[in-house]
Amino acid sequence: MFRTFPKGGVHPPEYKISADKKIKTLDVPEQVVVLLNQNLGAPSKALVNKKDKVKVGQKIAEAGGFVSSNIHSPVSGTVLKIDNIIDTSGYKKSAIVINVEGDEWEESIDKSDEIKTEINLSSEEIIDKIKEMGIVGMGGATFPTHVKLSIPKGNTCEYLIINGVECEPFLTSDHRLMLEKGEELIVGVRILMKALKVEKAYIGIERNKPDAIEYLSELCQNTTEDIEVVPLKVKYPQGGEKQLIKAITKREVPSGGLPIHVGVVVQNVGTTLAVYEAVQKNKPLIDRIVTVTGDKVENSGNFLVRIGTSIDKLIEAVGGIPEDTGKIINGGPMMGKAMKISNVPVTKGTSGIVLLSESKSHREEIMPCIKCSRCVNVCPQGLEPYLLMDISKKKMWEEAEKQNNLDCIECGSCSFICPSNRPLLDYIRYGKQNVTALRRSRVKK
Amino acid sequence: MEKLVVSQSPHLHSKESVPKIMYFVIIALLPAWIFSLYLFRLEALKVTIVSITSAVIVEWLIAKYLLKKKPTIWDGSAILTGLLLAMNYPSTLPIWIIIVGSIAAIGIGKMSFGGLGQNIFNPAIFGRVFLLVSFPAQMTHWPLPISLRTPDQISGATVLGIMKEGLKNGETVSQLMDKIPSGMQMFYGVMGGSIGEMSALLLIIGGLFLLFRKIITWHIPVSILGTVFIFTGILWLINPEQYANPVFHLLTGGLILGAIFMATDYVSSPMSNSGKLVYGALIGIIVVLIRVWGSYPEGVSFAILLMNAFVPLIDRAFKPKLFGKVKKAKA
Repeated sequence: MFRTFPKGGVHPPEYKISADKKIKTLDVPEQVVVLLNQNLGAPSKALVNKKDKVKVGQKIAEAGGFVSSNIHSPVSGTVLKIDNIIDTSGYKKSAIVINVEGDEWEESIDKSDEIKTEINLSSEEIIDKIKEMGIVGMGGATFPTHVKLSIPKGNTCEYLIINGVECEPFLTSDHRLMLEKGEELIVGVRILMKALKVEKAYIGIERNKPDAIEYLSELCQNTTEDIEVVPLKVKYPQGGEKQLIKAITKREVPSGGLPIHVGVVVQNVGTTLAVYEAVQKNKPLIDRIVTVTGDKVENSGNFLVRIGTSIDKLIEAVGGIPEDTGKIINGGPMMGKAMKISNVPVTKGTSGIVLLSESKSHREEIMPCIKCSRCVNVCPQGLEPYLLMDISKKKMWEEAEKQNNLDCIECGSCSFICPSNRPLLDYIRYGKQNVTALRRSRVKK
Repeated sequence: MEKLVVSQSPHLHSKESVPKIMYFVIIALLPAWIFSLYLFRLEALKVTIVSITSAVIVEWLIAKYLLKKKPTIWDGSAILTGLLLAMNYPSTLPIWIIIVGSIAAIGIGKMSFGGLGQNIFNPAIFGRVFLLVSFPAQMTHWPLPISLRTPDQISGATVLGIMKEGLKNGETVSQLMDKIPSGMQMFYGVMGGSIGEMSALLLIIGGLFLLFRKIITWHIPVSILGTVFIFTGILWLINPEQYANPVFHLLTGGLILGAIFMATDYVSSPMSNSGKLVYGALIGIIVVLIRVWGSYPEGVSFAILLMNAFVPLIDRAFKPKLFGKVKKAKA
């Protein structure tokens, strides 16, 4: 019996067509656009000006608050301008535009392939290093890692869980990372364990990745630290951290609470690799692995790409936009954002680009709710999506708050399963925005 | 290349759809319905065709001319209501009464509440009860299966009817059991009654199909049948000559048809699993109360109709378990 989260979940088709594609390093482009907001929390503040020369790994923006992060130049060259550029949202956001010249790295960065296994820094030094190197959650949420590792007073961390689940259809970057950078990954796990001062770590992997499960299990035999690989049943959204914690430890993160409240910290495998590179190689977060794929994409692939590269370059690498593409999704098809244009820069949180064909890109006609309760049965958070949609339509925000609207993790299982094609998640999101605003207005008073 | 589509996540959708669900339920009813064709031949065919056609036409007319909305008869819900109504009718029911039934079921039971998804009561149950109360004689004239008819006897009371009358007249259960078909006959379905309540076996097969296809969950049928079984079981243990045994109760009076196909109607039943269990248990209790102490021999339709009214309250009281529910600290 494979472990899983007991409540809810759906089974979208897996489409893991790029699972066997080895990671290819994409050429450094001629220009990069480094957005100044690449984390959850406050945007970063630019440290460079027009005409400044920069090297790879040089800090070009600093954290704009406690919950924020540093940003480092992914290329060497000259700063063209600091301007407002359209990002995934379709809106213009502040960014540093750099014209690339050569590929000169900061001297302090260790570019060798040698795998450094000895961890010489103390727990506090590790967290400081992670903060300095601009590491944020690379599963997509981009929460600043040093903040997550700083345990708030009154809480203790018992377990570290590494998220290698990758439950989104199409995405395979984490899978390839586990196969090709497994040794580095395990060192990263050990570094995090030291930072958190925990004795036990789990690596959760869905069982549609048997090679990764086998390989990492082997590597874990050779460590002194207690790291256990846990194969999990394939069910979306197993990769949601609350669901992952429940499946592995049976603990439920309280409604409105954080994983640390049940003694757990969860980190994505991509983040863990970045931690290894930061602590052992002095390399700040300047590149990441991105899956480029789609239901009609024949040459799908997984690419190591510099932050700030245009997504157009990634699409070029798989042969360009297929003829009958209807949607270009930044992220996975369940939670990613559909983009208006493709000339948008890669950020620290870009996990994949999915080119969806025309036939799959349109919503069907909305029908009335037939109270079939499928949405209730699939919601992993135990909510009632049909009710939340109704409440949002009527703009009853206090009632929405009472019905735990904010607990929604926006996984999309409800909209996915609804036989009437009702835009459940659209309305629930609307409710979340308004309940959050309501709460903020109360605090102000 | 056309402009890119921009809409909110999720960008994938399952294969679920309303017509698919309706047609699966119709398929699940087919084994039992085909059997009724075998028993009642053209009469059953006539009742079914009139019922389904009138249900669909009534919905279409009301949608187009009264509500001035686009009719959605293709979604299969009116066809399903028509079929369920037919399964509840005696095979000799006059055509005009069938049409009145469809008007009641679709017109009052469904469209007056706002159409698909808005009705409080199960439209088929509503239509049936409406006819039962308005035309009790025609609605309780139960023909025997054609193979059992003789020139002198075309109809007979249902099994439950025989039991009820007999007990009222002071006969004992064991005396009455001789007059009615054996348990196995009832299971396979050779007895007098509505065209749909005949074969428990075929209805259960249909129910298992629905369970397997995840159209229904086990909660409502199991809680209804379980409650009836336990309640009548207790009574039977107390006095087996006064109260019929629980298996008899399970196999008669359209209980299985009601438990699997009527009480599980999405719109008129609760949303949460705990709510469904409570709903089913209360239906079971009311069925037994009516059968044993009420005037009607059969109580499934009334029980379901009554409990339909309580569903909004049940939905408020019985919610699914919240993930990470914080227990309120004791004051």
